Amino acid sequence: MTLFKLSVQNIRKSFKDYAIYFFTLILGVAIFYIFNAIDSQTIMMNVSSNTKEIIKLMTNILSGVSVFVSFILGFLIIYASRFLIKRRNKEFGIYLTLGMSKRKISLILFFETLCIGLLSLGTGLLIGAILSQFMSVLVANMFEADLTKFTFVFSSEACLKTILYFGIMYVLVMIFNTVNISKCKLIDLLHASKKTEKMKLKNPILCVFIFIISCFLLGYAYYKVTGGVSEIQDARQIFLPIILGVISTFLIFWSLSGLLLKIVMKRKKTYYKGLNSFTLKQVSSKVNTTVFSMTVICLMLFITICVLSSALSIKNSMTYNLKTLSPIDVEITKPLDLTEERIEDSWQYKTSMIEDSKISIRETLQRMDFDVDTYFTDIVEFHTYETDTILLKDTIGTYYEEAKAKYPYLRYDTKEEFIKLSDYNKVAKLLGLEELSLKDNEYIVVANYEGWIPIRNVGLRNNTPITLLGRTYYPKYETCRDGFIEISSNAVNMGIFVVPDDAVNETIRANAYLLGNYKESTEEGKKKTEELFQNIEKHDYIEKASIDCSTKIYIYEASVGLGAMATFIGLYLGIIFLMSSAAILALKELSESSDNKERYKMLRKIGADEKLIEKALFRQIAIFFLFPLLLAIIHSIFGILFCNYILEAFGNEKLLESILMTATFLIFIYGGYFVLTYLCSKNIIKEK
Amino acid sequence: MEKILKVEKIEKYYGNKSSLTKAIDSISFEVEKGEFVAIMGASGSGKTTLLNVISTIDRVTSGHIYVGGVDITKLKGNYLNKFRREELGFIFQDFNLLDTLTAYENIALALSIQNVGAKEIDKRVRDVAQKLDIQNVLNTYPYQMSGGQKQRVASSRAIITNPKLVLADEPTGALDSRAAKLLLERLNYLNKELDTTILMVTHDAVTASYASRVLFIKDGKVFNEIHKGEISRKEFFDQIIDVVTLLGGDLNDTF
Repeated sequence: MTLFKLSVQNIRKSFKDYAIYFFTLILGVAIFYIFNAIDSQTIMMNVSSNTKEIIKLMTNILSGVSVFVSFILGFLIIYASRFLIKRRNKEFGIYLTLGMSKRKISLILFFETLCIGLLSLGTGLLIGAILSQFMSVLVANMFEADLTKFTFVFSSEACLKTILYFGIMYVLVMIFNTVNISKCKLIDLLHASKKTEKMKLKNPILCVFIFIISCFLLGYAYYKVTGGVSEIQDARQIFLPIILGVISTFLIFWSLSGLLLKIVMKRKKTYYKGLNSFTLKQVSSKVNTTVFSMTVICLMLFITICVLSSALSIKNSMTYNLKTLSPIDVEITKPLDLTEERIEDSWQYKTSMIEDSKISIRETLQRMDFDVDTYFTDIVEFHTYETDTILLKDTIGTYYEEAKAKYPYLRYDTKEEFIKLSDYNKVAKLLGLEELSLKDNEYIVVANYEGWIPIRNVGLRNNTPITLLGRTYYPKYETCRDGFIEISSNAVNMGIFVVPDDAVNETIRANAYLLGNYKESTEEGKKKTEELFQNIEKHDYIEKASIDCSTKIYIYEASVGLGAMATFIGLYLGIIFLMSSAAILALKELSESSDNKERYKMLRKIGADEKLIEKALFRQIAIFFLFPLLLAIIHSIFGILFCNYILEAFGNEKLLESILMTATFLIFIYGGYFVLTYLCSKNIIKEK
Repeated sequence: MEKILKVEKIEKYYGNKSSLTKAIDSISFEVEKGEFVAIMGASGSGKTTLLNVISTIDRVTSGHIYVGGVDITKLKGNYLNKFRREELGFIFQDFNLLDTLTAYENIALALSIQNVGAKEIDKRVRDVAQKLDIQNVLNTYPYQMSGGQKQRVASSRAIITNPKLVLADEPTGALDSRAAKLLLERLNYLNKELDTTILMVTHDAVTASYASRVLFIKDGKVFNEIHKGEISRKEFFDQIIDVVTLLGGDLNDTF
């Protein structure tokens, strides 16, 4: 019997112990492969060059994320293998008494790691290759590409990458094992299992005290990121609630076990019912020793839930926004009458650009050999106006001082933009918006950016007058009207002032706009026009022109891409985090179960029913899986609210849908680990 | 006679400066080839610590231990492994069998670690199995065996390498009296027929009476020593009981 045979035998015999470890490795390999193979899954897809660019960017980001993921997986694997080795201390002790050298024991472990590594890599890659075919359906769906013919794609690049990354991880595990083995003493190895655990009961009064304090801390942190979120002006300020959250999470777990035990022990009826006393003591003695890992797991679950639901919600609302916010095919803007003095951020316009800013959009396009009338229809052209005398601080009036204290990061000396009523109504008609009317001395603010509307509304409610070219105007409405003049993927119109036609003249014109649709009505034709239009970028004149073009197709593809990107990265990180935290919990529980084998044997001896024992075990494991999850869910409620605040610009429609999606993932992965742990534990404590 | 084991003024302290426990307080004795020595003492007397330092599982604080002329307190690394592999055999109270291996594989492991060929291993395993009467359990796993069978498998593993010294820590501790008797008779047989030197730690007078010499340990020191000589096991047992009585109540509670 060689060492190698011994290793193989060890793995085969202790497969029950290794099942979860193995399962986790396979899952890790498969996920790693799938997300790195997205690139090649999209190769045969029929998508525009624009989308191709986005996919390329996405795969670049994903491979960056992969490095981070590999760190997490690396830690997980080392942690898991350390756990499994601890379980085998006695076995190694026997080897040593038989005269085996530590080097040889390390060699056995090396073979074992090698076997498990090769097996998990092989199986994981196989599963990954199969699942990535489904992934390509998902990718096609995301980018709205038609997957006309199905071809089985295997990415050898992703395969090699997976092998390389996991190879490095396994080598690290081997080094770690060797160091571990060489450090341990024989006497400790032999008597490892004989160490009796001390049952420490915490001071219940202290527990209650700490619990209340940590609840307060947590409450304060919650308030900081939701109710008091507007007070956060600096990115660094977000660290305070985060640190408070982490500390209070730790303290809650620290105090909870003592608290719970005390409460249930007081209720003698519950405490002495069935195996409750046993289960409770088991749980509380374990919570004592696992406060740290519970905290980490809880925080990981929290991040997972937030990342998943926010990412999915970005994707959902993006597609939703597009239909209303980008109803026409094309929009071109350019600044007018640039001057040399108009220097912003120490950047000076080129002479050629100043020259171009004097002509119309139509003419600029003409110079680039693109005739607007040949390709576009429903054309609306208009100008907007700006003046040095009306800045943001003027239009919010008396609210300025207060606003400055509340939102110091806003630029209050930004010039406001004006549009003639007749022009706006033309635009509104084309974009399907509400048409407006005005009296001679009235103005209306049109905006749709959620963050800005409340600020502007204060100014409007205060009936703030504006003086334009010598005449004074008052707001018609107390609130902003919904609308926009630039097509985009998100509601980002911070406010434009609609004024009577004679309120402005061409001396203060600022920007030119040209809106329209493509003449071609079929999708195919529109794509052709789009390509022709995008070609102006290759024209020599583009250097001199200062035009800015948005097209529906471009916005659509970009935002679909962004949404998809967020989804994929969210999914990738979310699944890995979820898997890691569930795996750590599972391993901990399993090792507990085998340590507690004797206790369960004892319970049987004193006549506890098999059903009762199973129930006790189930409860014990369930409590351990639920504790961190519950706190994480509470954290997440506030976390998601905060994410919503930050991602407001993207819109937060269909949040419920994405939360449901997240819950599905949670139930499948976390719940899957829970069931697996319970079944394995049941097997371990079963009497042979 | 050849001296197999020579223990010279060994001491073993536990703990730190503030609370020092002397588990062994200057013990010296010798064991000759072919002897079957039992070490008796109450729990906490230091007998297991004594066995642990002789078996290199633990290290002495001071003093020297020679096995076959080699000072094992000075051994390190691979020399230590080689020493354990070739010169020592272990029998533990809780057997310490690998439950992933069959009885046959457990016994064979001691030889395969020494790189003995498969043919030779097979011959020797069957040979030793016959001597310890475990041929019928060779292909079963530890969990399928009785305690007595497990201990005889462990004993087979301990002696299959023909070690200079077999160390047994409460070998009958987990066995019923019938299985204990069977095991001790086998150990006696090994000692008489194969000239195996055995050093056994026990707190049981019956178990000790199978030995040819008994050392009594109290508070980390050798308290007394009696030889069996030519008397019968029953008479030797009576002598042991006499010493135990002399030792005071310490041991009585263990019977």
